[in-house]
Amino acid sequence: MIDKKIIEELVQILGKDNVLTSKAERICYSYDATQQSFLPEVILQPGSTEEIALVMKLANRELIPVFPRGAGSGFTGGSLPTKGGIVLCTEQMDQILEIDEENLVATVEPGVVTERFQKAVEKVGLFYPPDPASLKFSTLGGNVAECAGGPRCVKYGVTKDFIIGLEVVTPTGDIITTGGPTMKGVVGYDLTKLLCGSEGTLGIITRIVIKLLPLPEAKKTMLVLFDSIDGAAQAVSAITRNKIIPTTLEFMDGRTIECVRQATDLDLPEAAQAVLIIEVDGDREFLDKQVNRIAEIIKPLGVVETRIATTPEESEALWQIRRSVSASLRKVNPDKFNEDICVPRSKVPEMIRKVDAIADKYQIPIVNFGHAGDGNIHVNIMVNKKVSGDIMKAEGAIKDVFKATLELGGTMSGEHGVGIAKAPYIPLEITPIAAEYMKAIKKALDPNNILNPGKIFLDSLED
Amino acid sequence: MAKLKKLEDYRDEIERCVKCGACRAHCPAFDAERREGRVARGKIALANSILEGEVGLEPKVLEDLSQCLLCGSCCAGCPNKVHTEDIVAAARRQIAEERGLSTFGKGVATVLGRPKLMNLLAKSGGSLSSILFKKLPKNSGLNLRFPAPYLEKGRTLPPITAKPFRERVPEVIPGDSQQPTVLFFTGCGINYMYPAVGEAFLNALNFLGVTVIVPKDQACCGLPAVSAGATKTIESLADQNLAAINRHNFDYIVTACASCNSGLGNIYAEMGDEFKEMSAKVMDIFVFLARHGLPEKLEALPKSEQRIKVTYHDPCHLRNQGITKEPRQILKALPQVEFVEMPDAGTCCGLGGTYSVYHYEHTKRIAARKAGNIESSGAELVATDCPGCIMQLQDGINHAEGTQRALHILELLAEALPE
Ligand SMILES: Cc1cc2nc3c(=O)[nH]c(=O)nc-3n(C[C@H](O)[C@H](O)[C@H](O)COP(=O)(O)OP(=O)(O)OC[C@H]3O[C@@H](n4cnc5c(N)ncnc54)[C@H](O)[C@@H]3O)c2cc1C
Ligand code: SF4
Ligand code: SF4
Repeated sequence: MIDKKIIEELVQILGKDNVLTSKAERICYSYDATQQSFLPEVILQPGSTEEIALVMKLANRELIPVFPRGAGSGFTGGSLPTKGGIVLCTEQMDQILEIDEENLVATVEPGVVTERFQKAVEKVGLFYPPDPASLKFSTLGGNVAECAGGPRCVKYGVTKDFIIGLEVVTPTGDIITTGGPTMKGVVGYDLTKLLCGSEGTLGIITRIVIKLLPLPEAKKTMLVLFDSIDGAAQAVSAITRNKIIPTTLEFMDGRTIECVRQATDLDLPEAAQAVLIIEVDGDREFLDKQVNRIAEIIKPLGVVETRIATTPEESEALWQIRRSVSASLRKVNPDKFNEDICVPRSKVPEMIRKVDAIADKYQIPIVNFGHAGDGNIHVNIMVNKKVSGDIMKAEGAIKDVFKATLELGGTMSGEHGVGIAKAPYIPLEITPIAAEYMKAIKKALDPNNILNPGKIFLDSLED
Repeated sequence: MAKLKKLEDYRDEIERCVKCGACRAHCPAFDAERREGRVARGKIALANSILEGEVGLEPKVLEDLSQCLLCGSCCAGCPNKVHTEDIVAAARRQIAEERGLSTFGKGVATVLGRPKLMNLLAKSGGSLSSILFKKLPKNSGLNLRFPAPYLEKGRTLPPITAKPFRERVPEVIPGDSQQPTVLFFTGCGINYMYPAVGEAFLNALNFLGVTVIVPKDQACCGLPAVSAGATKTIESLADQNLAAINRHNFDYIVTACASCNSGLGNIYAEMGDEFKEMSAKVMDIFVFLARHGLPEKLEALPKSEQRIKVTYHDPCHLRNQGITKEPRQILKALPQVEFVEMPDAGTCCGLGGTYSVYHYEHTKRIAARKAGNIESSGAELVATDCPGCIMQLQDGINHAEGTQRALHILELLAEALPE
C-alpha cells in the first residue's frame, strides 16, 4: 500500500507534477498493446537518473513494486503493473544528448522515440538500423529492454547489436554504467548484453550509448510473387547461398495475401500464394546489379511476377502491400493473438505447413507473415472473443504452435519478449536448470523482488 | 429535428481500439504534452471508464478530454481507424449535459453567458476593439473560438470586416445554364473575416460559368460548438442550415472552409435521415474546381517569369477525408506560383475549435513547430483551404517572427483569373 506519507516523499523527490495519483491518470497507465489492464497506485515521471535512484531506494525500504514503462507499446505485457505499485514512465526523459560524428556514437535518454532518433542521425549522414514496426511511437529504452527487432535485422542485427553502453539504476537504487563509447571493451562481465532484452527486470535503463553506421547511399525495393510458400522459402536460401544479404526479406503467406486482397484494391493476382519483399541498400550503382542478380537467382523457383521499384514512390507502393496486412486481418476476425516465433530460416516452409495443420485442427484461421530473412514468423491466430470457445481454441493453438516451433529448433519469441503473455510457456523452452540460473541472477540483483516482478517467470521468486 | 449520437452509441467504436499506441505518433495534443491522458488511446480509455462508471466527471478526466483538437489525425494513423474525435466530442456532450456547459471550460461559457462576455470585452478595451466583436451575431462560431480573455495573450487575429461578405453580394449570381448550380456555404471565417476569399470564390465559379447561390440566412456550421460539447447549439444550427439550404435548388453545396466541409458533410450526416441527402452534396471548392476542368484551364495560361514560392498546409478536416491532391493540383497549375512542399504539411496547425481557447500555450507550441516547417520550405506564402487554419498559421508565424503570409488558395487564384 502506498500511503499519503509515501506519496509526499515521492513528491519531494520528483515534484508535484510528476507524481500522478488520480483515478483517471492511473487508468491511462494501466494498459499496453496486449490490451490487458492492471491499475497502478501511482505513476512517476522522473526527469533524471538520480531521481530514479531515490525512488528505487524508497521502493526497497517500503517493499513497493516498480514497473518501468516506455511508450506502453509492448506486445507481451512487460510494462503492466500486475501487482499495483509504481509505474515508472520514462516518457519525459527524451533528450538526444550527443551525436558524435567522429566516433560514430550517440548517447540518448531512454524516452527518446526510435524514429526521432533515426531521423536525427540520418540528418548528419549516419544510420541506426533497428526498425521495429512500432518505431514511430516506441521508445529506445523499451527497445533495449525488449531487444526489439525489425525487417532490417536480416542484414544489420537487432537492437542489442548496436548498444555498446548503458547507464542503469539497479533494483536496489544504485547507479552503474556498463560498457561505454568504445568499439571494443572486455573488462568484466558484459552487463550491457545482459540488460538488453532483460524486460525491465534487472535494472532501469537511464542512458543508452549507441553505435552508428554510415548511412547507405540508396536502397532499392523489389516485390516477388511466388506460386507457393516453398518457392519463396527456397528463394530466401538461394539468395543467402549466393552470398547476398539483403537489408530486408519480408514474406506474406497465401492467407495473408488473401486478406490484403479482400481488404484493399492492391493488385495481387490469384496465382500468388506467397510474397517476398526484398530490399537492398548500399552504393547506387551497385544496387541495380544486385537486384538483377537476385531476380536471376530466384527465377526458377515458381516466380509469378517480379516488380522492381525505380522511384521512392514506387518503393513506397510496394511496402504499402506489407503495411496493409495488419488492418486487413480484421476482416477475418476482430481479435488476434500475435505470436512472434522464430525458426532457422530454412525451416520456414515446414513451420508454415505445421501452422496450417494447427489451424485445421482447431478450425480457426491463422495468418502468417514476417521476416523470412531471419526466420521470424508472425503467427496471427484470428478469433472473435465474443464467440464462446474461440479463446480456448486459440490457447490450444498457441501451445501447439510453440511446441512445433521448438521441435524445429526455434524459439517462442524473436522480438516481443516473454512478459506475462508467454511466461506460462517458459518451461517448454527453458530447462529448469537454465531457468534457475537466470533466476539466481535476478535474486542477486533484486533481493526484494521489487523491479518488474511477475514478468518472464511465472513463479517469479514469489514473496 | 437534428439529433446527435450519445457516448453510449460509441461502444463498438471504443472497443475497436486495440491499445497499440500508434496514435502517439500522430496526436498534436500529445505532442504538446507527453502524457498518456492526452493521446487518443488514453482518451478512449477514459471515455470507456465513464461509460463503465469507473470514473466520474472529475477534474482530471475533464482536463484530458478537453485536450483534444478533434483533428482526427489519430484516426488517420490508426490501424483500426478508430474515430477518437467522434468519441471525444460525444464525451464532451455528455459532460456538458451532466455538468452544464459553463463548468466544462471557460470558452464554452460564452455560448450561454454572452452578456458577461460583453462586459469583459468592454472592460478590456485593449488590443482588439470590443466594438468589432459586437458586430458578430450570437450564433457565429467566431465567438466560441475567441472569447475575450484570450485575446489578451498576444494573439494576432485578422480584423472583423465592417460589412460581412453575405451582405455584399446578391443571393443568386446567375451563370451559364449549361453549368451546374452551386450553393455556397460561406461559414463564419469567410463571412466576417475574409470576405476577399468569398469574392475570389465567386470569381472562380463565375470564370467557369457556374451559377452560385449564397443563402443569406445560413448560420455557423456549428463545429466550434461540437468542440465545446454544446449539443443544443449544434442541433439547432444544423436545423437552421438545413432549412436555409432546402429553400433552394442546386447541384452541389460547395465550401471553402475545411471545418464547414466536415461539419456539413460528415457531422450532419449522422444527425438524422433528413440530413443525408444534403450532406451527400457537400463538396470542397478545390475538388469541385478540379472536377470541372480548372487545372487544365490554368495550365494553358502563360507562366509568369518571376514566380512566388508557395507551400500548402493540409487542414485536418480535408486531409482526413483524403482530400490532399486537388488543392495542390490547383496551386501547382497557377501561373504565378512555384509550389514547394513543406515538411509535415499534414500535421494540425493547433487551432482545434475551442482547444486553442483554453490551451493557448499548447496551441502556440504546436503552431511554432508549424511555423518552423513553413520557414524551412523556403516559401514566402503558405496557402491553405480553411480560414481557421489561415488565422492560426499567421498567428504562429507572427510569434516566430517569420515574414511569411498565410492566405487562402482562392486569393492566389483570384490574382491569376481575369476579373
Ligand atoms: C503495432 C506494433 C508493432 C510492433 N512491432 C514490433 C517489431 O517489429 N519488432 C519488435 O521487436 N517489437 C515490436 N512491437 C512491440 C513493442 O513496440 C516493442 O517491444 C518496443 O520495444 C516496446 O517499447 P516501449 O517503449 O513501448 O516499451 P513498453 O511497452 O513501455 O515496455 C516494454 C518493456 O520494457 C521495459 N522498459 C521500458 N523502458 C525501460 C527502461 N528505461 N528501463 C528498463 N526497462 C524498461 C518495460 O518494463 C517492459 O518490460 C510492436 C508493437 C506494436 C504495438
Ligand atoms: S492507434 Fe487506434 S487502435 Fe491504436 S491505440 Fe490509438 S486509437 Fe487505439
Ligand atoms: S483528434 Fe487530434 S488531438 Fe484529438 S486525440 Fe486525435 S490526434 Fe489527438
